Amino acid sequence: MAGIIEVKSLTKVFTTKDAEVEALQDINLSIDAGDIYGIIGMSGAGKSTLVRCLNFLERPTEGTVEIEGKDLSKMSEKELRKQRSEIAMIFQHFNLLMQKSVLDNICFPLVISGVKKKDARKRAKELLEIVGLSDKAKAYPAQLSGGQKQRVAIARALAGNPKILLCDEATSALDPQTTQSILALLKEINEKYGITIVIITHEMAVVREICSHVAIISNGHLVEHGRVFDIFSHPKTQAAKELIVKGRDDAASNPKEHQTDIMKTKSCIRIVFSVNSSFEPVIANMVLEFGQPVNILKADTMNVEGIARGEMVLQLPEDEEVQNRMKDYLKNRGLAVEEAEGYGYVG
Amino acid sequence: MDMWDSKVVLMILEGVKGTLYMTLTSTFFGYVLGLPMGIILAITDKNGIKPNKIIYKILDVIVNIVRSVPFLILLILLIPFTRFIVGKSYGSTATIVPLTIAAAPFIARMIESSLNEVDKGVIEAAQSMGAGTFTIIWKVLLVEARTSLIAGATIATGTILGYSAMSGTVGGGGLGDIAVRYGYYRYEQGIMIVTVVLLILLVQIFQTIGTKVANVLDKRKV
Repeated sequence: MAGIIEVKSLTKVFTTKDAEVEALQDINLSIDAGDIYGIIGMSGAGKSTLVRCLNFLERPTEGTVEIEGKDLSKMSEKELRKQRSEIAMIFQHFNLLMQKSVLDNICFPLVISGVKKKDARKRAKELLEIVGLSDKAKAYPAQLSGGQKQRVAIARALAGNPKILLCDEATSALDPQTTQSILALLKEINEKYGITIVIITHEMAVVREICSHVAIISNGHLVEHGRVFDIFSHPKTQAAKELIVKGRDDAASNPKEHQTDIMKTKSCIRIVFSVNSSFEPVIANMVLEFGQPVNILKADTMNVEGIARGEMVLQLPEDEEVQNRMKDYLKNRGLAVEEAEGYGYVG
Repeated sequence: MDMWDSKVVLMILEGVKGTLYMTLTSTFFGYVLGLPMGIILAITDKNGIKPNKIIYKILDVIVNIVRSVPFLILLILLIPFTRFIVGKSYGSTATIVPLTIAAAPFIARMIESSLNEVDKGVIEAAQSMGAGTFTIIWKVLLVEARTSLIAGATIATGTILGYSAMSGTVGGGGLGDIAVRYGYYRYEQGIMIVTVVLLILLVQIFQTIGTKVANVLDKRKV
């Protein structure tokens, strides 16, 4: 079955005075209804352009975007505006009307689509309840905190009963605690109303926290995509590895000095295990079985898709044969094993 | 001193009335012409919501030409046109024609710059909700820029009041006319000073009202 959003060989070229910049190249992406889909990349990778192509705020230079099977490029201006009202969007800087009260801000998309003022207000009040700001109806955005502004923006986005919610760096201007609460709200909305959510971010922590799927954009290319857990435990590309490491450093504020030279050597491996595998003391058993010590350089747990995952970096004995046998031993026990090299541990 | 008899007082009161009539009517018609011009300038700008190089350039040139002609010269240049519209070329009503034509491009520029100040993100948010051009102008640009628009209107009114006084040199009517006739031709300083003080007071009043209204309507402050 085709996804609710189908992006096919999308290319976007910006023409400036003296050069053509290829912001996006041959992007193919399929997002299923009900997913929380993360699109992650370093700044300048093209992710914001990509999300604007999903509702045609930016028109792709080539390729197509289909929403529920309807090709946006074949729509008239009027049809496109109608379609956009079903694809809500929230932004890094909230983009609320500063001269309008919270209630009027939420009414705004309803007023655009011709809902009567009285009905719009009623709906807006319900939405304020959902985002937990019922007492702020008469306030103006300038009187709210960043997190409250984003909640108003979310309420506004939900007003038109959208099928899709696009979030463009929606938590990047917020502190970690507020980020958590906004992400929890998004997750609740996804579960309760079945709204497909697309999250643009540069923070791996955001993706790990709530996304089911992720696509990694690097220099205008989609380099890797799949389930978050798969990418997290078997990242294939350098861009993915860098983002995973960066995300961990952000989360644990882990200074680089912990990453010793030992980690450079080839005998280091990174393993990822889930809750199930932690019933068996794998590492201890391995050491007993092989009669050789391993050096635990780093151990950490983190949340991926809301489930605790463990991560370890081990230094194996020098004997290459023993190394290979140890790797097989770990793999046989269902652990994801890979060389620690290339993770940017060495900075 | 028989200078301050009731005749003179009556004349000065008539002058105030004439000045107010010219200023307010010209400001009104100036906005009738200037508001659409300013909106079109803002939206057809290359960073606007409906970029259009040709329309922008045409309006841009017209505005610049009219604004480069000194008001006094424009006043004289427009005499045939004024006569065609109101039937005569002197007096308060006649002055409204050149005042409006001088004010419109000035007002258009101020509106353009006020609308350009509106946060591009808010416009993008409205577009993402499916708002059309007209909705964005009416419900986003003009609403979000209202404080700046009112500040602009205050400046415009003050400038037009100044222009209206200038029109006194060619028989425009109002306080400027009195100042020129008594102060310049007869050198009766007393009357001239009174008219100048009254002009200053009028500008003060407009400015105070404008600032107050702008402040009350500005919801960006905590």
